[in-house]
Amino acid sequence: MSGAPGGDAGGAGLLRAGHAVPGAPAPASRRGVPNRGGAANPSAAAAAAKFGAAVRRTEVVCGDTNLHVAPASALDVIRWLHDDPSQQYEYLVDVTAVEQRDGGPLEVVWHLRSIACRRFLRVKAELDTSKPLVVPSVWPVYKGADWLERECYDMFGIRFEGHPDLRRILMWEQYREGFPLRKDFPLRGRFSRAEQLKQALTGNPEAHYSMEELTIADAFDDLPVEMKVRLGHGEQVGE
Amino acid sequence: MATRTVDVALATSGLDASGKPVRTPLVTDAAGNAIALNAHPPVEPDFGGEHMLINIGPQHPATHGVLRLVLELDGETVVRCVPHVGYLHCGFEKIGEYRQYNQIVPWTDREDYLNSIGNNCAFVLSAERLFGVDITPRCTVLRVIAMELSRIISHLVWLGTTSIDIGAFTPFLWAFQERENVYQLLESWTGARLTTSGARVGGMMADIPDGWLDRLRNFVRTFPRTIAEVDGMLTRNAIWVGRTIGLGAMSASEALNYGLSGPMLRASGVDYDVRKDFPYLDYESYDFEVPVGTQGDVYDRYLVRVEELRQSVRILEQAIARLPDGPVNVDDPRLILPDKHRATSEMESMIHHFKLVMEGPRPPVGEAYVPVESPKGEKGYYMVSDGTSKPVRWRIRPPSFVNLSAIPKMVEGHLLSDVIAINASIDIVMGEIDR
Repeated sequence: MSGAPGGDAGGAGLLRAGHAVPGAPAPASRRGVPNRGGAANPSAAAAAAKFGAAVRRTEVVCGDTNLHVAPASALDVIRWLHDDPSQQYEYLVDVTAVEQRDGGPLEVVWHLRSIACRRFLRVKAELDTSKPLVVPSVWPVYKGADWLERECYDMFGIRFEGHPDLRRILMWEQYREGFPLRKDFPLRGRFSRAEQLKQALTGNPEAHYSMEELTIADAFDDLPVEMKVRLGHGEQVGE
Repeated sequence: MATRTVDVALATSGLDASGKPVRTPLVTDAAGNAIALNAHPPVEPDFGGEHMLINIGPQHPATHGVLRLVLELDGETVVRCVPHVGYLHCGFEKIGEYRQYNQIVPWTDREDYLNSIGNNCAFVLSAERLFGVDITPRCTVLRVIAMELSRIISHLVWLGTTSIDIGAFTPFLWAFQERENVYQLLESWTGARLTTSGARVGGMMADIPDGWLDRLRNFVRTFPRTIAEVDGMLTRNAIWVGRTIGLGAMSASEALNYGLSGPMLRASGVDYDVRKDFPYLDYESYDFEVPVGTQGDVYDRYLVRVEELRQSVRILEQAIARLPDGPVNVDDPRLILPDKHRATSEMESMIHHFKLVMEGPRPPVGEAYVPVESPKGEKGYYMVSDGTSKPVRWRIRPPSFVNLSAIPKMVEGHLLSDVIAINASIDIVMGEIDR
C-alpha cells in the first residue's frame, strides 16, 4: 500500500509532517521540569500588560503558566487570547474547577492551547465560596465549552453566565443532593441510602423527555392525562 | 397453456384508482369480506409539516454503550438532536480524591476501557510531572509500545463496530481477531486483558516477560496484512463509500472551535497531533507521519484511523529496535516499592514497604497536566496536589465527551440512518464520557 490513505479516492487524504508551525524547530519531550519557576508563557506577560489589574498574578507551576484573572473579566481575557493575532489560542482544552481541602477559594480553570504558536496557558479565576458562584461563560468564543461548562455546573454548582443551556449533564435533572465534587459533599452522597432508594423507587419513569423535547410533534398531547396534570403543576421532567 | 389475464387493479392492490395508497384490511368475516376496522376510510397518514420525536437508546447497540439521542425528524431528516449522557456516571473524579496516586491507576483502566494501558501511562505521566520524576529510558520505550498497542486495540474496535453499524460484518471479525492477539500480549505482560493497571508512578508494574518482544515482533509483521485486507474490503467499497462520504462534515475552523481532537480533528484538515506538537515519551525521536483529511466527513475519519494503524506499526517497529536494557523503575525509594524478597527478609525494607503502601508517596504542592494523544483524541489528567498523598483534584480531560458534544451540529440535516454512521465515526466510549 502507498503511504497516503486512499490516495486516489478523490484526493481525500494526504500526509504531512505533523508540525503545525512551518519552519519552527520540532519540539522535544520535556524533562527535568521544576515544580516552581522556569520559562513563563509569553502570553501571560502580554495579557498582564493588556488588562492591567484584571490579571492578578502569574506563576509557573510544573512547567505550565497559570494566569490568575478576576472572575468578571475572564471572558474578556479569554476572548482576547482567542482573537488576538499574536496569541491565537484557538483551542479550548478544558473547563473545570478546583476546590482546596482547607476551604480556600474555589478556582475555575480554563486550559487553553494555541496550536499555531504551540503554547499552553492555564487561566484561573478564584471564586469566594460564601457568595454565589458565577463566572462568565466562554461559550460565545468556544462552542466546545458547552458540555464542559455544563459538567462544571453539574459537579460544582458554578453558574456560567451566558451559557445557552446550563443544566445538569451527568447527574439527572431531579438530582437534589447538591454538587458532588464540592468538598462538603460526602463521598457516599448527602442523603441516606434509605432516602436514595426511596427517591429511586418513587421516581417517575415516564419523565423521559424535557418539556422542550415534548413540544416536538405535539408529543405533549399523547401523554397520559395524569402526567399532563402533573406537568401542568410545574413538575420538572428530566431525562 | 391457457392464457391468464391479470387484473391490473388487483396486481397493484396498494393503490386505489386515483393512485393513492390503500391499506389491506387485516380482518375478514366468514364470507371473506373485509371488515373495516374503523369508520374512516384507511389512508396513509399525511404528516404534512409535522415533526416526529424519535428516541434512540440508551439501550441500543448502535449507540456504543448507553448514549441516548432524542431526535426531531421531519420525514427522515434530522431537524434537531438532543443527546443525553450520564447513565454510566460513577464519580471517578470524586473517588480519586480519596485514593493515593498509585491507587488511582486501576480507575484509569475503567474509563476509556479500550485504551486502558494507554490511560495508565497517561495518568502516571501527569503524576510524574507533579512528583518531579523522570523515568528510565527502558520505561520510556515500554510505554511507547504500550500506548501504541492500545491505540491499535481502540482503532480495531472502532473499525469493527463501525463496519457493523454500516452493514459490513466481515471486517468486524478480522478486527476482533487481531485485537485478541494484542490482548494476549497485554495479558502476558500485565496479567489482565482489559483492566491492565500496567503503569506505576516512576515506572511500570512489571517488565515485559521473556520472549515477549519476539511475539510483539511477530504481531507487527503480520498485522499490516489485516490492515491491507480491511483497506481492500472497505476503502473502495461502493456501499461503504456511499454511506460515509459527505456525512457529518466539520470544517477545520468548526472542528477547532468545537474542541474536537484526535482523528476527528485531523480528518477536518487540522494538522495537530499531541505526539508531534507537544511530545511526551520521546515521541519526537520516532519517524512517523500524521494522516490529515480534507473533507472532515465520516469517510475521512475512517481513512485517518486506518492510516494511524499503519503509523502505529511503524512506531512499534522502531520501539522494538531501540528498546534498551536497564531498569524499568526509577531509583527513588520515595516512589518504588522494595523487592518482594527484601521486603520479607530485611526489617528496613519491610518498614519501607509498609510506609509506602499505607501512607503513599507524597508529591510537592503543585498541579500538572500532561496531554497525550489517546486514540480518541487529546486526553490528559489534570491533578492538583496539596502536599498530601491524595490529590485534591483529579480531572480527566475526556476527548470522547468533547467530540460527542458536537453531534447535534454534525447530524442536523442528515437522514436518520446517517445518524448511526456519524455517531459511529466519533468513536465514543461511554465509560470515558460519563466517568
